[in-house]
Amino acid sequence: MRSIPAGERAAIRFTLNGRPVSAHADARMQLADLIRHVLKQYGTHVGCEHGICGACTVLVDGRAVRSCLIFAPQVEGSSIITVEGLAQESGDLNGELNALQQSFRRHHALQCGFCTAGILISATQFLRENADPSEQQVRDMLSGHLCRCTGYAGIVEAILAAAKVRSGENCKASGD
Amino acid sequence: MKAAPFDYLRPDMLDETLAALAQYGADARIIAGGQSLGAMLNMRILSPKALIDINGLDDLAHVSVASDMIATGAMVRQSDAMVDRRIRDHVPLLARALPYVGHYQTRNRGTLGGSVAHADPSAEIPLALAILGGEVELRSRRGRRRVKAVDFFQSALVTAREPDELLTALYWPARKPRHGYAFTEFALRHGDYAIVAVACVAEMTADGALSVLRFGFGGCGERPQIVAREGAPGSEHLDDETISAMARSAAAEIECRTDLMASADYRRQLAGVLAESALAAAAAEPVAHA
Repeated sequence: MRSIPAGERAAIRFTLNGRPVSAHADARMQLADLIRHVLKQYGTHVGCEHGICGACTVLVDGRAVRSCLIFAPQVEGSSIITVEGLAQESGDLNGELNALQQSFRRHHALQCGFCTAGILISATQFLRENADPSEQQVRDMLSGHLCRCTGYAGIVEAILAAAKVRSGENCKASGD
Repeated sequence: MKAAPFDYLRPDMLDETLAALAQYGADARIIAGGQSLGAMLNMRILSPKALIDINGLDDLAHVSVASDMIATGAMVRQSDAMVDRRIRDHVPLLARALPYVGHYQTRNRGTLGGSVAHADPSAEIPLALAILGGEVELRSRRGRRRVKAVDFFQSALVTAREPDELLTALYWPARKPRHGYAFTEFALRHGDYAIVAVACVAEMTADGALSVLRFGFGGCGERPQIVAREGAPGSEHLDDETISAMARSAAAEIECRTDLMASADYRRQLAGVLAESALAAAAAEPVAHA
């Protein structure tokens, strides 16, 4: 059994965007703060710190979760993807935006960009599970994110368009 | 805000967990998915001496099917339950309630057991467990016991769990022949706390009469409230008027609270309206399957 006494720091080891990392943290530190303030990856944003706004959403072992509602030692041994890792994670190694990110740009799916990192993360898992989603499914998934600029219309369009692009590519790959 | 300091314990085995609970008792909080508890810790509504993390207890993450009961381990994630065929086939009411639970992102982490242990009065999973006559399994170093869900939920965030006990599993009675199950709720935004949630279980005879009727109301009082009508409550043809009268008479019997979201009168009115549509849907199901 692992135990970390109150007030003591412990080494937390996990994989961040494909690279093994070790960081020291109090048990009470939020994963969001571990990523930002200890590992200095500022792409993940922090809004409400109680699981409502969705800005801090990251992939933990492939699942989009609130990094403000996970404490640092809980990710020991996990694989975490943040917005910084999306282009690389999707196999696009030229350091540019991946197809989903490009779709967000094309469809004006962001204005201030505060919520965008979290939404991209959720959409990444969502599109993996739903090759041909309906608008209603996209909106249900988006209910876990607050965006105060766009009114969501551009975000929904961007995700639906990314799904179409992706399924088109799959058809090509399978020779359909 | 940030959580106050706590001792963090991550047991790998049930025995270690129960030993830690015996040691800390009421000074410890158990974290499963943490989708409610994490927020309460961050806001310092709670500042326990110890946080016992049960995410390492893989044995609690299984679903198993017996002849008339489906057992879900406490650590089964809500998103996994949503796509689990056994739950869809054998516990349709839970499958229909799950899309209302929080959001896509919180269901990825949140667990069935955690929601029941937390016992929020507006929560969907406790309501589904209560109306189905389900049970909660609790374990401690002193032993193991099963408590009926209706007795487990005592008040808002208050349950029959003793401080040294761990909620290890939920037991869901399997769907029965000629029964229909429906779930609906109203919240200001999808995924918000339900102002009123209604579950309905209806048994229909072969000739279309109602032979068993249960309503479950969430969000209204301090815990899930069940209104049961036994003994051929609708032995004649179930028309819209009868459905409406039954729904409203059930809603008239429950406790309703007033809070910032809604008055007690509003809740009762809404409970009646939702109960009407829930009964209509539940009563239509066995007919559709016949």
